[in-house]
Amino acid sequence: MSSLLEIHDLHVHFRTRDGVVRAVEGAELSVDHQRTLGVVGESGSGKSVTALTVMGLTRFPNAEISGQIMFDGTDLVTLPDNQMRNVRGKRIAMIFQDPLSSLHPLFKIGWQIIEAIRNHENVSKKEARERTIEALHEVGIPSPEKRIDSYPHELSGGMRQRAMIAMALVLKPDVLIADEPTTALDVTVQAQILDLIRRLKDEYQTAIVMITHDLGVIAELADEVAVMYAGRVMERTSREKLFTVPELPYTWGLMRSIPRLDAPRPGRLDSISGLPPSLIRVPPGCPFHPRCPYVMDVCLKTEPALEQSEEGHLVACHLKVSERRRLGSELIAGHRR
Amino acid sequence: MLRYIVKRVLWGILMLLIVSALTFVIFYVLPSADPAQLRAGKGATPARIAEIRHTLGLDRPVYEQYWLYMKRLVTHFDLGYSYHNSVSVRQEIFSRLPVTFSVAIGAFVLWILVGIPVGVISAIKRRSLLDRFTMGASLTAISAPVYWLGLIALFLFSKDIGLIKLFGGSGSYVPFSQNPGEWFSSLVLPWCVLAAAFAAFYARMVRGNLIEVMSEDYIRTARAKGLSERRVVFRHGLRAALTPVVTMAGLDLGGLFGGAVLTETVFNIPGVGRFAYQSIIDSDLPSIQGTVLFGAFFIISANLIVDILYAFLDPRVRY
Repeated sequence: MSSLLEIHDLHVHFRTRDGVVRAVEGAELSVDHQRTLGVVGESGSGKSVTALTVMGLTRFPNAEISGQIMFDGTDLVTLPDNQMRNVRGKRIAMIFQDPLSSLHPLFKIGWQIIEAIRNHENVSKKEARERTIEALHEVGIPSPEKRIDSYPHELSGGMRQRAMIAMALVLKPDVLIADEPTTALDVTVQAQILDLIRRLKDEYQTAIVMITHDLGVIAELADEVAVMYAGRVMERTSREKLFTVPELPYTWGLMRSIPRLDAPRPGRLDSISGLPPSLIRVPPGCPFHPRCPYVMDVCLKTEPALEQSEEGHLVACHLKVSERRRLGSELIAGHRR
Repeated sequence: MLRYIVKRVLWGILMLLIVSALTFVIFYVLPSADPAQLRAGKGATPARIAEIRHTLGLDRPVYEQYWLYMKRLVTHFDLGYSYHNSVSVRQEIFSRLPVTFSVAIGAFVLWILVGIPVGVISAIKRRSLLDRFTMGASLTAISAPVYWLGLIALFLFSKDIGLIKLFGGSGSYVPFSQNPGEWFSSLVLPWCVLAAAFAAFYARMVRGNLIEVMSEDYIRTARAKGLSERRVVFRHGLRAALTPVVTMAGLDLGGLFGGAVLTETVFNIPGVGRFAYQSIIDSDLPSIQGTVLFGAFFIISANLIVDILYAFLDPRVRY
C-alpha cells in the first residue's frame, strides 16, 4: 500500500536572471498517517521549497515543476489551482518559522483562524468562533476566550506559534508541514512547541513533515528522516538507524557540528568546511564532493544514486557500504563515549 | 490617548505661533513693495503715504505690529484688514473656503478613485503591458506642471476657447447654491488637472506598497490557508498596503484645504489659493498672514487627525 503523501522524483527549477536555480532535484520522500518525517539539511538544501511545492505555493510564472506528489491518490503537481485550494489548508496545512511575520499584524488571531475555518467549511460565524476558542485551548493558550481577540503583537513568540498551530490544525488536516517551527523561538519555548506538536499528532492522527536544520529536533520527534543536500535527498532511514549507523558523510558532518554536554569539551566545534553549493551551478558528480573528506575520483564524475544499503536505509554515496557503516558507527560510538 | 491628543493640540498651537512669526519676519526682511505706497497709488504725496503708513500701523516697530496682530487674533479671532482694500481678511477667507473645499474634495475623490485601482491592477499584473503603460503614463502626469496641464485642458475642453466645447472654462465658477450644474461643469477641468499628479503618485505608491506586502510571510500564510487569490490580495494585501496611503491622503487633502494656488490661479477660481496669490502680488501682509495661518492650521489638523486615525488602522500603534 502506498503512503499518504509520496513525493517521487520531484524537480523544482526557477528561471532567474542569473540562471536556472535548481532548488529541488529529484527529491524522494514519503510520510504516512500519524508518522513524522523529519527533513534535515542546511539553508538552501531545498527542504522549504519542497514543502511549499507540496502546498502548491511555488507555482510562480518562472517555476518549472515536474515529478509526482501523490497525496491520497491525487497528483498535486498537476492538480488545477482551484482544486489545489481545497487541499491547501484543509487537508495539508503548514506552519512557518517566524510566527510574528507569518501572522497578519493587522487582524486579530481569532479572525485569522475563523477565516481559515469558514474558507473551507460552511459554518456560522458563531460556530467558527467556538471552534477557534476550542482550538486555542487545545494548543495550550490560556484564557482563549480572551486571547481570541488579541492581535499577534500582543502575544509572546511561543503563544504566537501556538496560535499558528491552532490555525493549521483547526480543520484537522491529514498532513501538517512544519517549516522550522521552533527556529525563531527561545530554547525553553522550543521544547514546549515540540511537545505540543507531538501530542497533537497523536490526538489528531496527523502526519507531520518536520523541516529543520536541527538534528536535535529530529531526535526528539521524527519517525523517519530524510537528509537533503543541494535539492536532493541523500539519505533516508528511520530515526533509530540514523542515530546508530548514519551512512552519509554529510550527515556525519551535521552530527559533528552539534555541541554535546555529556562529552569532554573539544577545543572547538567541528563544522563542515566550505559552503553549500550555489543551486545555479551545482558541482558535477556528487554535489557534496567539494566538501567531503572522503572524496574519491568517481565522486567528481558520477552522481551517486539513492540506493538501499540495508532494509529501510537509503543512501546516495559512492563509499563502500561496509566502509560507510564502519565510519558511521565509529562516529556514534565516539559521540557516546 | 486623550493625553496624547491634548499634547498634540498644544504643539499645534505653538507651531501656528512660529509660522505666523516667520511670515511676519519674512515679509519684513525680504524686499517687497511698500504697502503704503501701493495703497496710495501713483503720484501720491509723501505726506499722504506717511498718513496711510500711520493708519495701517506700519510706522510702529515690527514686534509691536506682531504683538497687536496676535492680540487681535487671539481675543477677537480678528485677522486684520487688507492693506489693499480694507476688507476683513477673515471674511475674505471664509467666503472663499467653500470654493477651495469644492476644488479640493472633488479632486481628492477623483484621485483616490483613479489612483488606488490603477495601483492595485498594476501591482497584480506586474510587468504586464498594462502595468508598463499605466506606470509610464503616471510618470508623465507627475512630471507635468499643473499650470501647463491646466492650459492644455482649457485649450482642449473648455466651452469658450476649447477645441471640443465640453466644460466651463477659466473664470466660469459659480457657487453650488446658485447653479449646481454649472458649478459642476466649471470644476470638472480643475478637478482633473489637480487630481492628475496626485492620482499618478498614489497609483505608484499603492503599487509599490502592494508589491512589497505581497511578498510578506503573512501573505504566504493566507495562501497556505487555501484562500482565493482575490481574497488574499483584497483582504490581506490591501489592508496592509493601504494603511500608509490613508496617512498620505489625509495630509494631502489638508494641504489642499489651504488653497490649491496654481490650479485656482490657472482656472481663475475665486478660492483661498488665488486669494493668497493675489495677496502676494499686492504685498498685502494681513491677507498673506491669514492665508498662511489657515493653510498651516489645516495641515496641522490633518496631521493630528491622521495620527489618531492610524491608531485605529494599525493596532500596533499606541499613544
